[in-house]
Amino acid sequence: MSSATVNGDVKKVRKRANIDQIILSLIGYVTLTILAVFCIVPFLLVISASLSEESSIIQNGFQIIPSTFSTEAYRLLFEFPADMLRAYGVTITVTVIGTAVGLFLTSMTAYVLSRRDFEWRSGFSFFFFFTTLFSGGLVPSYLLIINFLHLKDTLLVLILPMLMNVFYIIVMKSFMSSIPDAITESAKIDGAGDFRIFLQLIIPLSKPALATIGLFIALAYWNDWYNALLYISKSELMPLQYYLYKMLGNMDGMRKAMMASGAVVNTDLPTESLKMAMTIVATGPILLAYPFIQKYFVQGLTIGAVKG
Amino acid sequence: MKVKEYGFWHKVKKNRTLLLMLTPAVLFFLLFAYVPMAGIVLAFKQYNYSGGIFNSPWNGLDNFRFFFGSGDAWRVTRNTALYNIAFIVVNNVLQIFAGILLFEVAGKWFRKITQTILFLPYFISWVVVGAIAYNLFNFDVGTLNVLLKGLGMQPIDIYNTASYWPVILVVVSAWKALGYGTIMYLAAITSIDTEMYEAAQIDGANIFQRIMKITVPNLIPTVIILVLLAIGNIFRGDFGMFYNMVGNNGLLFSSTDVIDTFVFRSLTTSNEIGMSAAAGFYQSLLGFATIMLANYAVRKYDKDRALF
Repeated sequence: MSSATVNGDVKKVRKRANIDQIILSLIGYVTLTILAVFCIVPFLLVISASLSEESSIIQNGFQIIPSTFSTEAYRLLFEFPADMLRAYGVTITVTVIGTAVGLFLTSMTAYVLSRRDFEWRSGFSFFFFFTTLFSGGLVPSYLLIINFLHLKDTLLVLILPMLMNVFYIIVMKSFMSSIPDAITESAKIDGAGDFRIFLQLIIPLSKPALATIGLFIALAYWNDWYNALLYISKSELMPLQYYLYKMLGNMDGMRKAMMASGAVVNTDLPTESLKMAMTIVATGPILLAYPFIQKYFVQGLTIGAVKG
Repeated sequence: MKVKEYGFWHKVKKNRTLLLMLTPAVLFFLLFAYVPMAGIVLAFKQYNYSGGIFNSPWNGLDNFRFFFGSGDAWRVTRNTALYNIAFIVVNNVLQIFAGILLFEVAGKWFRKITQTILFLPYFISWVVVGAIAYNLFNFDVGTLNVLLKGLGMQPIDIYNTASYWPVILVVVSAWKALGYGTIMYLAAITSIDTEMYEAAQIDGANIFQRIMKITVPNLIPTVIILVLLAIGNIFRGDFGMFYNMVGNNGLLFSSTDVIDTFVFRSLTTSNEIGMSAAAGFYQSLLGFATIMLANYAVRKYDKDRALF
């Protein structure tokens, strides 16, 4: 085959590929844009509603661009912020402690299970894995926590049940398995104990996995309302999402709480816009931090999935 | 025999640090997963508060008889399974589709921005999703009805009509899971050997042929793992989703009540502890049987791709 024909073939291939590429790109741009619009419009609706005058919501419904502009809902929210701030405090405390302890225990467990020279690792792996196959269900766990551990209305009940998750242990274990055994071996020869190897060698090497799993855990704590729904009745222990849940369903409660904290509230409280403003405030930190966090999240997930 | 005994304790001593490192996780899963499994006996007891789990009198299969006789059993089982099958199919197809398009589209900024937007819904709590849904579907001020009225059509009373909810819940589930799954599949696509594409291109395959013949087949292992994991949960409803979207709205139960909401309701509202324990046990058994069957099927088809 002469080089001229080869060049001709390549050219032909390239030309055809270009047309296909254009068609696919077109499909891609259009479809992804539509999907992205679907993903973001609901957020715009909430933001817009929170910044609208109540009367225009009642008249025109929720709109993407507010027809009237008002920050009244936010003003009311920040005028008497005691409950909201307390809920923030509970959520931040629970998220920080839960994430720190949970991440440490998850990685420590995953490390032991990733050690190929640990004889009982498959046995222990099964011990953990089995809990995803079969469970006692809600009722026994509920009675255990209420009647035997007496954790009702404590901060611990918001932290403990979510501390560890088998799926995270498995992801972390598969990441750590990709760290060469030689590193552990050489450290052992130098006389380092297992715990020291974990702390000083494995943890620094596992940063992407730690960032990803840490984020998963933190997100789960930040967004948790289920444990509060089951186990929290004291208002001072309500985490943010549960507080929001309560308020969304119960604007009368909101009115009372505001009056109790000394506000002079007229009866026509801007209910709809206030609900949406609360939604924004409860989601805010995540939405603000999200573009920065997302970079690591995608990276960690990619690494975990490709090399794990 | 003696040698074996010596061997065991010797091994324990040799691995004592690793075993110690596993202790917190072992205790955690014992307490929060294995102890509740023992609580399954509740399903066979007539629970009363003075007797507790252990001293309440046995009542054989009465709780099950009550549960299956109530007519709820079939409804909640059917709903749970059908919803999860719809979620698995719709979510995975959409995520693979979006993952492939995201991989093939050229613009770097476009890719980054769409990725970020698609991931957004994953980061918010179900409480907030419930608020957004309310914002869209509310009878008086919801965006949907405002649009309909604008077009001169009759508003729809979504919160009082059961038949709309299967569609809404499937769409919302796809919406929330889209970004996460897309990234998982994108990571899997990125790890495909690029030489295969180059070879196919030289052989004259167009881009659509390359996607169908290389990308899709290479995604099958990822699909199998994700679907297997999802099948294990086919009889578990996403409680956060159903409860925040629908709440305790009895008008909608025919199409929205799943095992988890049923168990929760009979535990907290009607306080029927024995029957909800029986329903929970039934759910665990169904889940266990499905995952075993699915895993068996995959093992038969390809041993390496099974979960265990």
